[in-house]
Parts: sequence; C-alpha cells; structure tokens
Amino acid sequence: MSIRGRAYIVGAYEHPGRHLPDKTLAQIHAEVASGALADAGLTLADVDAYFCAGDAPGFGGLSMADYLGLNVSVSDTTETGGSSYLFHVGHAAALIAAGMCSVALITLAGKPRTGGAAPGGSGAFTSAPEAAFESVWGMAVPNGYALAARRHMYEFGTTSEQLAEIKVAASLHAQHNPNAFLPDAVTVAEVVESPMVADPLHRLDCCVITDGGGAVIVASPEAARSLGTAGRAVKVLGHGEAFKLSAKGRIDLTHTGAVNSGPSAFAEAGVTPADIDYVSIYDSFTITVLQTIEDLGFCAKGDGGRFVSDGALVAPHGRLPFNTDGGGLCNNHPGNRGGMTKIIEAVRQLRGEAHAAVQVPNCRLALAHGTGGSLATRMGSATLILGQRDA
Amino acid sequence: MTVPDDASDDDRSAKSGPPVPALPVPAPHPTLETAPFWDATAQGRLVLPRCNDCAFVIWYPRLWCPQCASTDVTWIPASGRGTIYSFSITRKGVGAYRDAVPYVLAYVELEEGPRVMTNIVGCDPESLVVGQAVSVVFHDTGNGSALYRFTPT
Repeated sequence: MSIRGRAYIVGAYEHPGRHLPDKTLAQIHAEVASGALADAGLTLADVDAYFCAGDAPGFGGLSMADYLGLNVSVSDTTETGGSSYLFHVGHAAALIAAGMCSVALITLAGKPRTGGAAPGGSGAFTSAPEAAFESVWGMAVPNGYALAARRHMYEFGTTSEQLAEIKVAASLHAQHNPNAFLPDAVTVAEVVESPMVADPLHRLDCCVITDGGGAVIVASPEAARSLGTAGRAVKVLGHGEAFKLSAKGRIDLTHTGAVNSGPSAFAEAGVTPADIDYVSIYDSFTITVLQTIEDLGFCAKGDGGRFVSDGALVAPHGRLPFNTDGGGLCNNHPGNRGGMTKIIEAVRQLRGEAHAAVQVPNCRLALAHGTGGSLATRMGSATLILGQRDA
Repeated sequence: MTVPDDASDDDRSAKSGPPVPALPVPAPHPTLETAPFWDATAQGRLVLPRCNDCAFVIWYPRLWCPQCASTDVTWIPASGRGTIYSFSITRKGVGAYRDAVPYVLAYVELEEGPRVMTNIVGCDPESLVVGQAVSVVFHDTGNGSALYRFTPT
C-alpha cells in the first residue's frame, strides 16, 4: 500500500521559546498542540489519532492524551530519538490510508536547558543489553559523532573546513529567524577556530541545546479539503524508514540509515533527488548532514565535502537549499530532538511561508530527513518527501 | 590519503607528549549473559563469544547469535591485538570522565573481526592515527571486572 497522496500535513507549529524554565513538559506539549490545531483550523475534538515519542512525560501517549483531553481511536509512540516524528508522519499517513483515523496530532516537547533530561545516547540506558560495552568509555554525544567524522575524513579526505561550510550555511539562514538561538552568521574560520569539543568536531560543529517543542497535524484528503486552510495543505508523497544498527559488531561509521530510508521514500513519491527543491536535513552535528546528503543520493558517497563547499546549501539559490530556519545547528533543537523542526520548515517552504530572504522560489517538492540515536552506535532514520497541495 | 589533525613531527611520543590524566575505571554491570566475559577481564583475559553453529564471532557479548539465531555460544580467547578503526580526542568529558580530559574514545577492530568501543591509553593522543596497531591492557575496576583498553604496540 502506498501512502502517496493519501494524507496531508494541514497544521504545523514551532514553539517560539528556546528557554522555558516556567513551563512543564506537559504544558509545552499542550501549547504546541494548540498551535498546530489553530494553524489547521481544527479543535481538540477533531483529533482521532495521537503520536508522541520518548520525550512525552509519564506513560507517554497515555499520559499526554489524558492531559490534553483527547479521544483517539489509534495511537503510535514509536521511539527512535530525534527522528521519531518523521516516523510518526509516515505511520499516520498509513493509518489514514487504511481508514483507521482521519486527523492525527503529533507533538514534541523538551527542556534540556531547564531541568529536563540531559543529552542522552545509548549509554544513558543502563538496562540496554549493550550498555555495559558502551557506557564505561566516556562516550558523550559529540565524541561519538566525532568517531564518524574521523573515519569519514580518513576514508574520503573530508576536511574540517568542508564540515564548517554546513554550519556557515545554517547560520546565514538563522540570521533571518528572530527566534533562532544563535542568530549571528559565522565564517568557516570561526567554526574551525572554535574550541575543540571532541576532535575533529569543534563547538560550532555541534547543534544548540534548547527548550521548546513543535507539533504537526496529518489529515486525510477529505478532512484536508474541508478545512478553511486547505490552500496551505502539504501533500505527503513518500516515506521511508530504516534502522541502521551496530552491524553485529562490524559497524561502518561512514554511512547512515538514509541509504535505505531515502530510496524507499523516493520510490514511493516517484521522484529523484534531482527533483527536490528544498531539504530539511537532521543536523545534530555537521557530519550528520554531510553523511546524510551522500546517503540520500544528492552526491556520491565520499563527495559530500566537495558538494557542500561553495555555498551549495545556502538558500535561496544554492544547488540544495537546506535548513532555512537555521536548523538544529543555529535555530532550535528542542529536547535534543531535531526531527519535528525539520518537518515544520519543509512545510513552511512548500507553503511559501519561509522568511522571504530564504524562501526557495516555486518550492514544489521538499524532503525532510531525521536521524535519531547516534552515528556512533545505532540509529533510526526516516525520510519524508512532501509536495505542494497539487503536487 | 590524509589523516587530519595528526602530529606530523616524528619526535613526539608517549614520553615527550603532554601528560595525560589517568582515566576513571567505572565498573560495568555484568548480567547473566555477560558475567563470563567480565570474569575473564578480571583475570587479565579478553574472551569473545563465538557461535558453535556458524562460527560467527559475536559482538557485543550475548548468548545469542545475531547471524544465525543460535543460542549455542561459547567463549574463545581473543588475541588482544587490533587496529584503530576511528578515534576522538575528547576535550569535554561527561560524568566520571569530566575531569579526565583529554582522553581518547575509539573503535578498535580486533583481529577476530569485531569493532569494539574502547579507550586508547598510554600514548600521546595527538600521535594516534587511524589504522594504527594496538594491543589490549586491563584496568581493574576493583569490582570483579576490568576494562579492556588498548595501547599502541
């Protein structure tokens, strides 16, 4: 069963906050739910499916559906870290296509700056069967990704300056976003001269840590058509997901799960990388973007460093405009989970509602990609292909 | 092929490099499946689980063969030799490692096949290169186990 054209994103909302000491996690989930419903012109009573991930407090979906006052017929609490919400959009579209629901709410909230969970990694899960073999070596999040960066440099000659180009592009976009956590443009020199956090990754190769959240609403074609906001609906054209695991102890650190999720999504949508006008690429670190661009087929494996040079990622006129909100590298990485904001900025681009300075002209096809877990160990990857309402 | 960030001056060595703080030795939590592995480390031996049905050398240790679904797993002695698959000189540590910087997180590819996460010790971190030969050393946790770390050979 294909989900192509069987569902639409009709509401999207990014919390404007980046530092929310006076809110509970449940309140932030509720605020983003309200924001997305208002964006769609829907009410709580219209929601018949609810999706959330490991950031939801308490009993996950049960607790949050209860708090919000939802009456849902189906739910899915798939947890793959920061990519969870892209999995959820695909699953919501499939459930809608199967006739099991018609309006699905997906929420994310987190407050790592103000008392919430610190950045994790599999070592944080002490009950995990792999924990004893990964939690005793001082693996934080950055040095794990640094292992992937080092190996990519070794195999393909990728340089720190090339990785820095990714941060520079994100920062050029963030300067137009009044809510961006880091609103100032930076140069390649500033990135490579920023303090080394985990060699070869510098501080400015890392994403921001922010409180906040976001939500999207996925609806059936019939429900989408009935809305006063139908003209802003974004079509779900393709979805792919993949687990990239530790390969039975023979891990390859130079590729991500996008090598499998990407082709699935492109095939379902019936398009190719060359057709894509805008990409939201998960950017926990610069190396995450570089590997993902290769794995999605925007360039050959190993050519990512050359591809991102010369402003290729800079909107609106680069070869592959990316993360025009400033991404996780500069704008927002709520709850250490960047997948939701990837979807939201793709929706803005397809609606023509991105900031004028970074709006891609005639943006008809967009890709959003999430990477959850860690490049150093195991990850859940999900790719969405989205289009304008009539795509 | 270039390897960025490596020391190019040949006279750097473990002896002349900057002092490297001693690493913490946090005790792992052995389970019913992994107790034989950790018991061996306490005796200064690195052992690996191998499938008796398909001969696959399993990593991470468990009593399940992810290659053929067998539960017939035996423990074999490892050579303790390998090469650095990747590494990071960590400048900002976490938890027990907060004050141990700089320290080296790495994957070492063992001669038997598995790529295992570990630390590289007894060296100037700036001198390390991918592909470098290393061998195992054991750091006792004082809790019936030892951490298997690696040092350049």
